[in-house]
Amino acid sequence: MARWAIAIHGGAGVDPNLPEASQEEAKRVLARCLQIGVDALRAGSSALDVVEAVVRELETDPFFNSGRGSALTRLGTVEMEASIMDGHGRRCGAVSGISTVKNPVSLARRVMENSPHSYIAFEGAEAFAREQGLETVDNSYFITEDNIGMLKLAKEANTILFDYRIPDTCSALAVADNHKNGMVMNGLPISIYAPETVGCAVVDCNGFCAAATSTGGLMNKMTGRIGDSPLIGSGTYACDVCAVSCTGEGEAIIRSTLARDVAAVMEYKGLPLQEAVDYCVKERLDEGFAGLIAVSKTGEVAYGFNCTGMFRGCATEDGFMEVGIWE
Amino acid sequence: MGWALALHGGAGDIPRSLPAELRDRRLATLRRCLDIGTAALRDGRPALDVVELVVRELEDCPYFNAGKGSVLTSDSTVEMEACVMEGATLRCGAVSGLSTVVNAVSLARRVMENTPHIYLAFEGAEAFARNQGLETKDPSHFITEHNIERLRQAKEANRVQIDYTQPMTKKPGMDPPADDNSQIGTVGCVAIDAAGNLATATSTGGLVNKMPGRIGDTPLVGAGTYANAFCAVSATGKGESIIRHTVSRDVAAMMEHRPGMTLHDAAARVVGATPRGDVGLVAVSASGEVCMVYNTTGMFRACATEDGHAEVGIWTDDGHSVSIGL
Repeated sequence: MARWAIAIHGGAGVDPNLPEASQEEAKRVLARCLQIGVDALRAGSSALDVVEAVVRELETDPFFNSGRGSALTRLGTVEMEASIMDGHGRRCGAVSGISTVKNPVSLARRVMENSPHSYIAFEGAEAFAREQGLETVDNSYFITEDNIGMLKLAKEANTILFDYRIPDTCSALAVADNHKNGMVMNGLPISIYAPETVGCAVVDCNGFCAAATSTGGLMNKMTGRIGDSPLIGSGTYACDVCAVSCTGEGEAIIRSTLARDVAAVMEYKGLPLQEAVDYCVKERLDEGFAGLIAVSKTGEVAYGFNCTGMFRGCATEDGFMEVGIWE
Repeated sequence: MGWALALHGGAGDIPRSLPAELRDRRLATLRRCLDIGTAALRDGRPALDVVELVVRELEDCPYFNAGKGSVLTSDSTVEMEACVMEGATLRCGAVSGLSTVVNAVSLARRVMENTPHIYLAFEGAEAFARNQGLETKDPSHFITEHNIERLRQAKEANRVQIDYTQPMTKKPGMDPPADDNSQIGTVGCVAIDAAGNLATATSTGGLVNKMPGRIGDTPLVGAGTYANAFCAVSATGKGESIIRHTVSRDVAAMMEHRPGMTLHDAAARVVGATPRGDVGLVAVSASGEVCMVYNTTGMFRACATEDGHAEVGIWTDDGHSVSIGL
């Protein structure tokens, strides 16, 4: 019997001034979801079942940006995406452009198990969800008041940050001000940036690894934009060696194929899990901010990030359990 | 070290019974594309421009499965996808679900250069193409008679046909389809220019009879397409297999993490670790090495290097040197 381990995240890039009450709420949600995974692993569930169950829970809770509580596109709509990968056999499924499916991660699993394909998007994915009888809800179910307000702020901030046609000093000052306050993520001041993505990586008592990631994507994104979460090798990856789920600036994660790289560094460079994670966070993220969680087949957990905070939690069979936000 | 390029028009179970007329048309296109790419590299054009130029040419050719000549979904529509990536900067762009954009690869480049994102799909990608003023045509422009027939046969056989590959099994009372093999999956090009810049581009219509919305390996950075400081790779074959093996990234990862490994060794290992019949790839390395490997019956392919080596081939034993226009 191998030792099980689980790691979860609720996004990287946290506003350093996040109110105490929100921090406590985040930790409560993380601890609850982590416990669901721990209970399932103790009961002997497979890694694949556990990552799906935990991510469903994170999607359903409106606190994090996935499922209910997803970030909004420029048009004020929700377009969710998710992926899941079973390290044993490297099977995988992914979906993008989901607007009515309550739990995108479960649709990703159906794509893996019940379609001849690995990745289905937009209308085709919605049609497949109906064919599979998955629960669907009106798009408005996913939209929260908080996010409507965030979209408004994001649009204002983007105008300031990215409208280079305005030659006055006010935009430069705004940028300087934002930098002074901390960081800009995905082109947004950290105070407005809603951490993208939830994810889970698990190794079960048989030593099988699996990972799943789900997101509403980027606040104020162009419609049709696909981020790293549904991309196998970028946001999500699992093989015989480890399982990884990433979060942060999607474009930086895609360029570096971050999740696959952790596995590649372990496989080809022979580094242990935490060193592989540290190497990839340091060497791979050129100018981007991101974070990731990972487990190895031997039951280790690891995480890393290069931005202000990552909502995360992890637990191992020997009783270690941790929920945290900052370094 | 000098410039080099390699291109492909799909890998799979290409039957040796392929009618000469269809074979020759494709070989002629490969040669023409090789000439175009070679001329552009000699003119000192950057690798990124060259791979875009060559893939546009392949997209415009109706005998390959990309752009005009794309295979059809189960709804008889086309949904094209493409990806482009630059090695030195790791900049990349990708598109999926296109139905009117004449050259998907050029839209992928616009996504890379003119948006804050990397990957746009379906309606959002179409809207962006219009916003950028790229050439669009009615969806019927991309649909050829061959592909209508191919879809009909695939539906009769009631299965997703992986690219054009695999001869269909004969059922009682059903004649075997006249496999004219017109449905080559995916086109791609990799190049290194005289200044040492690496770039790759891949474009496809996907699978015959695919579910609408299906995304394959082509637009996925690290699966069908990848370039870094070590090499540039474009893969083709069974998309689902290429995705789970992150084929193109894996070649680059081996080059990077295992110092001393040659491009050919890395590519051969990755292709060798993928199920037989699933994958082919073309690649160039920072040292100007060119490599074209596959574990399928064949791969439509061509390559050329500055030192004068040039070849075009389909199967293992027919690769022959060609002279490239001087």
